[in-house]
Amino acid sequence: MHNDGPKSTRRGLPLGLARRGFRGRITTIEVGSGAHGLAAIELERRLLELGFVEDASVEVLHEGPLGHDPIAVRLNDTTIALRRREAMAVFVT
Amino acid sequence: MSVATERSASHFALVGTPNSGKTALFNALTGGRQKVANYPGVTVERKTGAIQTPAGNRVILIDLPGTYSLRGRSPDEEITRDVVLGHLTSEPTPDLLLCVADATNLRVALRLVIELKKVGRPLLLVLNMIDIARRRGIDIDLVKLSAELAVPVVTSVAVRRGGTEELLRCIDELIPAAQIHRENTWSPPSNSDLRAAQRESDRILNLAVGLPRRPDTLTTRIDAMLLHPVGGLLALLFLLFIMFQAVFAWARPLMDLISEGFEAMGGLVHDVLPDGLLQSFIQNGIISGVGNVIVFLPQILILFLFILLLEDLGYMARAAFLMDRIMGGAGLHGRAFIPLLSSFACAIPGIMATRVIDNRRDRLTTILVAPLMTCSARIPIYTLIISAFIPDKPVWGVVRLQGLVMFGLYAAGILSALGVSFVANYFFWRDNATPPFMLELPNYKIPRLRSVVIGVYTRAMMFLKRAGTTIFSMMVLIWFLASFPRPPLGATDPAINYSLAAVIGGWIEPLLAPVGFNWQISVALVPGMAAREVAVAALGTVYAIEGGKEAAAQIGQALAGKWSLATALALLVWYIFAPQCASTLAVIKRETGSWRWMAITFAYMLALAYVAAFITYHVSAALMG
Repeated sequence: MHNDGPKSTRRGLPLGLARRGFRGRITTIEVGSGAHGLAAIELERRLLELGFVEDASVEVLHEGPLGHDPIAVRLNDTTIALRRREAMAVFVT
Repeated sequence: MSVATERSASHFALVGTPNSGKTALFNALTGGRQKVANYPGVTVERKTGAIQTPAGNRVILIDLPGTYSLRGRSPDEEITRDVVLGHLTSEPTPDLLLCVADATNLRVALRLVIELKKVGRPLLLVLNMIDIARRRGIDIDLVKLSAELAVPVVTSVAVRRGGTEELLRCIDELIPAAQIHRENTWSPPSNSDLRAAQRESDRILNLAVGLPRRPDTLTTRIDAMLLHPVGGLLALLFLLFIMFQAVFAWARPLMDLISEGFEAMGGLVHDVLPDGLLQSFIQNGIISGVGNVIVFLPQILILFLFILLLEDLGYMARAAFLMDRIMGGAGLHGRAFIPLLSSFACAIPGIMATRVIDNRRDRLTTILVAPLMTCSARIPIYTLIISAFIPDKPVWGVVRLQGLVMFGLYAAGILSALGVSFVANYFFWRDNATPPFMLELPNYKIPRLRSVVIGVYTRAMMFLKRAGTTIFSMMVLIWFLASFPRPPLGATDPAINYSLAAVIGGWIEPLLAPVGFNWQISVALVPGMAAREVAVAALGTVYAIEGGKEAAAQIGQALAGKWSLATALALLVWYIFAPQCASTLAVIKRETGSWRWMAITFAYMLALAYVAAFITYHVSAALMG
């Protein structure tokens, strides 16, 4: 949870920065030190509960009308809406 | 319902992820035989219903709030956990768990099944909406799925007649097994437990479920329009316009019919009974008290019809997606949009509609600000004062001053609601984290009329039974205050001037004098607690103008001669904020399950009203010299 710098290329792109049309696979769920409303472990747990686990496929389907936020993500066979702030914890390639 | 009286019946619980069609299945199984109440001490809805199986067994079914895990992170999810684990003293531990899953979306549901197995209760996995799954070419090997999970599996179609026959047969078979309980080994899953369970679920899915080569794209295609940054917002606005029209305008004839009916009934009582206390109690206390409650029913029915249709269709989550950022600026949840919009018609259905917001904190903020939206009951007061005091002259060419003032009053309501929600977030929830916005966007589905009708019916009954009793007793209290003691023989002033309302008006008059209210206004505010528009008639009564609502124009003329403009403006501003509605307060008490939130709403609205009216009175008095 503390290896922010050098590992980031291996971890891939944070889903929170992906634009509409992005397709990929989840490499890891890692909650950074950003200003989250939730404790890191709790946010990770909620993402896991919705099915965000390593190796699941993702596709950014839609973006919200203001500031392209929140995003709607196709996650295997379900569609999940979440804010980019929380999506920063999901890394994809 | 106590354990003792239901000893012969088995207790089964419906558990499932959100959007699994659990409620539709519950409606299909129990039909109209449902009881809706609250769990003691919390605002979570407790839904139970009895079913008679083909073999003649009686099963009490309880519908538990949807959850992704037994961990319990909201009051709703805690209820699910506590009932499943048998931690609630008020609830018998379920003999069997019916785990409902959307057959088209098994991935997360299977992880929940894996978690539920640890509870040690017999389990049955119900693959709901199996018809949609088959139509889409999703091929589920029930035998393999059941073997891999070590849990019996049955299919159902909640929305079709006969779609639950298989499930009922299965329930009969499982009743003997439901007596056997294994040890409960459940503990809150850690993050690595969750990962492991999800991997296991994905492994089983790979073995037992064949997905079609081309995935269903209908929902994606519809979303390309309805979630489009511009088109989606336009579609939402159009939908809200229709909804607003329906709640506001379509309900009007029905509401008029109801109030005319009650007025006619009151008139009949007036003619039949001799003048006196009994006549006044039945006519003004009971009949108009009940009428004042029932008159909201058409709005509530129409609003909930829309909400349940949109929810079942799968659109509500999309509306929240579109509005999240826009509402979020003021600290409101995207889902707060529809309750707040309905509050323009009446805060009561609006507050009841906050049930669509699952997070308690977001829901309470919405309830807190909903009464600030300009409801239709304010319109008679606004029109009365505006037409009496504001000159009807044009400003900037086409816009007229009276209309501009009306618009200003609406805008003030909206802006103050946003401001209060912002402040409330700062004050009440400073220590709590902002709840993240994460929700599933379910596939679009055609709603089934029967399920929607059952939903609307239970809401209507709940409103009539629970809120009706509280609101009604407040109405009787207000009648009592306005009618006792009776005027002495040979009294020349209107009867209300001798009543307790006048006494209370006398007490509060010194408090209201600084905001420019005279003795008559203070007295009229007391019966005006029944509903805002009642204040118009009450002012008429106090100024001894006969004719009730029809006499509004006369009342206006009388007021124009008696009040200063500063007083009139102060009263207008007072009505933007003042909690002058006993019914709204009663519904807040009912929906939040606590006197505390009712008291907070009353206090902050009163404080805002007082301060705003004070400023308005003194500034306008000073400007007018």
